[in-house]
Amino acid sequence: MADPILSVRGLETFFHGDEGIVRAVDGASFDLFPGRTLGIVGESGCGKSVTARSILRIVERPGRVENGSVLLRRADGSTVDLVKLDASSREMREVRGGEIGYVFQEPMSSLSAYHTIGNQLMEAIRLHRTVTKAEARDRAIELLRMVGIPRPEQRVDSYSFELSGGLRQRVMIALSLAAEPRILIADEPTTALDVTTQAQILELIRRIQEERNLAVVLITHDMGVIAEMADAVAVMYLGKVVETGPVDAIFHAPKHPYTQSLLRSIPSVLAQPLSRLATITGSIPHPFARPAGCPFHPRCPSFMPGTCDTGAPGLTRLAPDHEARCFLYDQPRETSA
Amino acid sequence: MSAPATQAATTPLVTAAEEKIAAATQLQLTWWRFRKHKLAVASGILVVLFYIGAILADFLAVTGPHSTDAARSYIPPQSIHWYDDGAFKPHVYALKGKRDMRTFKIVYAPDPSDKRYLQLFARGYSYSFLGLFETDRHLLGLDRGKPEDALFLLGTDQLGRDVWSRLMLATRTSLTVGLVGVALSLFLGVLLGGISGLYGGVVDTVIQRMIEILRSIPTIPLWMGLAAALPNTWSVTQVYIAITVIISLIGWTELARVVRGRFLALREEDFVTAAELAGASRLRIIFRHMVPSFLSHIIAAVSLALPAMIISETTLSFLGLGLRPPAISWGVLLQDAQNIQALGIAPWLLVVAVPVIIVILAFNFLGDGLRDAADPYG
Amino acid sequence: MVTYILQRLGLALVTIWAISVVSFVIIQLPPGDFVDTYITNLAASGSAVRAEEAQALREQYGLDKPIWVQYWKWISRVATGDFGMSMEWGRPVIEVIGDRLWLTIVISFAAILITWGIALPIGIYSAVRQYSVADYIFTFVGFVGLAVPNFLLALIIMYFGFKLFDLNIGGLFSAEYQIAPWSAGKVWDMMKHLPLPAMILALAGTAQLIRIMRANLLDELRRPYVTTARARGLPEWRVILKYPVRAALNPFASTIGYLLPFVVSGSIVVSLVLSLPTVGPLLLRSLVAQDMFLAGTIVLLLGILTVIGTFLSDLILMWIDPRIRSGMHG
Repeated sequence: MADPILSVRGLETFFHGDEGIVRAVDGASFDLFPGRTLGIVGESGCGKSVTARSILRIVERPGRVENGSVLLRRADGSTVDLVKLDASSREMREVRGGEIGYVFQEPMSSLSAYHTIGNQLMEAIRLHRTVTKAEARDRAIELLRMVGIPRPEQRVDSYSFELSGGLRQRVMIALSLAAEPRILIADEPTTALDVTTQAQILELIRRIQEERNLAVVLITHDMGVIAEMADAVAVMYLGKVVETGPVDAIFHAPKHPYTQSLLRSIPSVLAQPLSRLATITGSIPHPFARPAGCPFHPRCPSFMPGTCDTGAPGLTRLAPDHEARCFLYDQPRETSA
Repeated sequence: MSAPATQAATTPLVTAAEEKIAAATQLQLTWWRFRKHKLAVASGILVVLFYIGAILADFLAVTGPHSTDAARSYIPPQSIHWYDDGAFKPHVYALKGKRDMRTFKIVYAPDPSDKRYLQLFARGYSYSFLGLFETDRHLLGLDRGKPEDALFLLGTDQLGRDVWSRLMLATRTSLTVGLVGVALSLFLGVLLGGISGLYGGVVDTVIQRMIEILRSIPTIPLWMGLAAALPNTWSVTQVYIAITVIISLIGWTELARVVRGRFLALREEDFVTAAELAGASRLRIIFRHMVPSFLSHIIAAVSLALPAMIISETTLSFLGLGLRPPAISWGVLLQDAQNIQALGIAPWLLVVAVPVIIVILAFNFLGDGLRDAADPYG
Repeated sequence: MVTYILQRLGLALVTIWAISVVSFVIIQLPPGDFVDTYITNLAASGSAVRAEEAQALREQYGLDKPIWVQYWKWISRVATGDFGMSMEWGRPVIEVIGDRLWLTIVISFAAILITWGIALPIGIYSAVRQYSVADYIFTFVGFVGLAVPNFLLALIIMYFGFKLFDLNIGGLFSAEYQIAPWSAGKVWDMMKHLPLPAMILALAGTAQLIRIMRANLLDELRRPYVTTARARGLPEWRVILKYPVRAALNPFASTIGYLLPFVVSGSIVVSLVLSLPTVGPLLLRSLVAQDMFLAGTIVLLLGILTVIGTFLSDLILMWIDPRIRSGMHG
């Protein structure tokens, strides 16, 4: 396999509040390859979005990237660690939009209501490419056509509130691809849309990915979307990546008890009729009341007293591209993370 | 999915406290939140102190506020000497008049040889204490001689009246004008805002347009026009009432807006629907269920409306169209400081500005704190 | 969009009607009619008015008719530009008012420009650097600005100007231009005198607008479109100025509806303290002298001008808000 285009290692992003520190991302590691899709999955509040924002260094205050590295391999082959860059530096800004495009969850509020779609698209184009206004406008129309917006010559002058939710999300995708980035981060791109529109948007992302050999990070809480789209999966729980692996391995041979529980909680047409849907017992702990040891242990069916609640497990390599963070596979250590 | 930091709404460990919060009324919750605003609490205490001062105005005054003597005109504020021969014996120097041989005016100068010692609970002019009984005791006085002749903590005005004593009584008038005016505004605001929010439709539209119209008219010319029409023959009390009515005629709009907004929001709430389904009468729903749940909003709106009322009265009286002498209010006192000539001679007349600014500032801080506490997400 | 304009226009007309009624009430309020006042004034100066003459005067002005007929007569005359005679000056009201009305507008307009000019950048700064030392200072100064009635501020500034710099701050013209006809020199002279009164007038409004702008912008800064703009690689200052500030500008601009009457009101009182040649001192004097046609006309004209100003600002608001322009309300 080729070298990863983006390699995240031990990323830590903390929020410093009055009441204490919230470790939103607490040691996330994964690799992203050109032309492939990495799905990041987990319950709400597990740090998926913050991870994505940490990569682009747009975490809002009081959040701060504290540790780790985000290695981006650029088009010219050189590698840069985004964590080491100043968040507001020119170099970092060129990465945003230029190298990495970002699609947000809410197409409704992610576009400005006071500017036309064309205005925002042309801004994104001209920010990263030296083109004239007229050229930028042509490119904007071209982008709108590419993402499947009918009558793009007219739509380019409309406002976001004049479009339907599905069209808006297409505009968002066009916007994120305006400067031809090689990586696309899609943060719950279909959550706010209805089911048919969801499928269309996912199809669109896949088509563009094939055309441009894009590396896609797809963040979702929907295992169904993962199964359909992803090549590799990273499962997150309370800011930690607890398991990574190829999509087949994750779905057919999940190793971490959390992944196993997540998969059991998907409704299936093949399930026994009238059987209860499995749920994960308990709920995500309060951010300030983080359990000691393995953060999943209070909800874990394989909880080993004296082991799981004292030390934190490390990542254990189970196959060349399959890792899990669990004492079932790791030898207990004296130290805690 | 948002940043986890925003999910820190409850703390799981303190169940006893949670129970307490769950059982608390809206008003109690507001009070608990309010107590965290240090500045607002301090302002609240200050406001209370000012009102206590207003109640005890006569007791705090030194001389009769109307006692004039042209010979004592424009005496500068006296300095109090705290020690006499090393002992703590606060005193002032009596004033001795000398004729300036060039201008032939009598010029007063402190006479260090004539010490007058300050006395607590001294006798002075007699007044009715809270309307309960007659007394002539005052907080401050002198050991000998009438205070009228020697004690001018803040100087005197053109007619030789003691500014300190007048300030005490003015505070009473100005602070109560605000209260009465707000009470009237509140009545109008709750009534019209309530009707507007409860019935909606055409009634709501009419009342809303009315408010919009009232708010788009410059108020001061309007007030001036109305206030100027009050007959000269009216007594102080009649003018006082008329002025509060005029001020509150326009001041109710903001309160009505708040009340209507709350009514509209509450109409959709489940507990109101539940009460309706249970067959409770409309009045019962309003007073038993709705009003208590936005009482704290009203309190906040009132404490923000009060300073506006006080400014209105002060402005009108300052223009000579509000309360008129012999009534004493901040505006009436400031009228004496209206022109640069008077200020040049007697800059201490501007001292009235100090309580005006402090009270209005305190009310604003208080109101802001209360509003935050009533509606932490609004 | 047409509906919106018609709505605002309708409301403006109703408001003007309401103001005319109030002005008429003010004219009517004092006990007796103005013929009585006229007679008293003449009597005071030694000449008596016979009963028939008084009656003729009453009929001429329609004072013997029911009140609504009188209102109609008055408003009909006002519509043709005839505002009646000033009792005190013995000249048509409109002549007495003269330039003063325009000077009131000039001062109010200058005050609003200053208000916005100061409130906008400070509001933006305070929101972007929330809880910074400067934010706290601005907030505190804002509260003080809110708490000091502007006539009091005028008094205090006048006093210190006099005491510390021996300056006489009052007036809008230097002595040589006081009664001179309008000329470039006079306009320039006025421009030099304008900033201080305009600033005094602007302070309270500025304090309010800073708070409004700060709150609005804080609201907008949390919205996803800001993060989207950042993720596109825009520099931070461009992100803030182009998107959230633009969005916060709308509620900010709509405050002119309340700001204008507020500033006009303030100009009356401040003019008195600083003896500015606006309608303020004239209004006070006419009210004290019960020169009711003059007073009523001033209230009427001030009200109408304020309503027109508000209406114009509504139109501008509509023009800058794409959502209203395209027929949506939100």
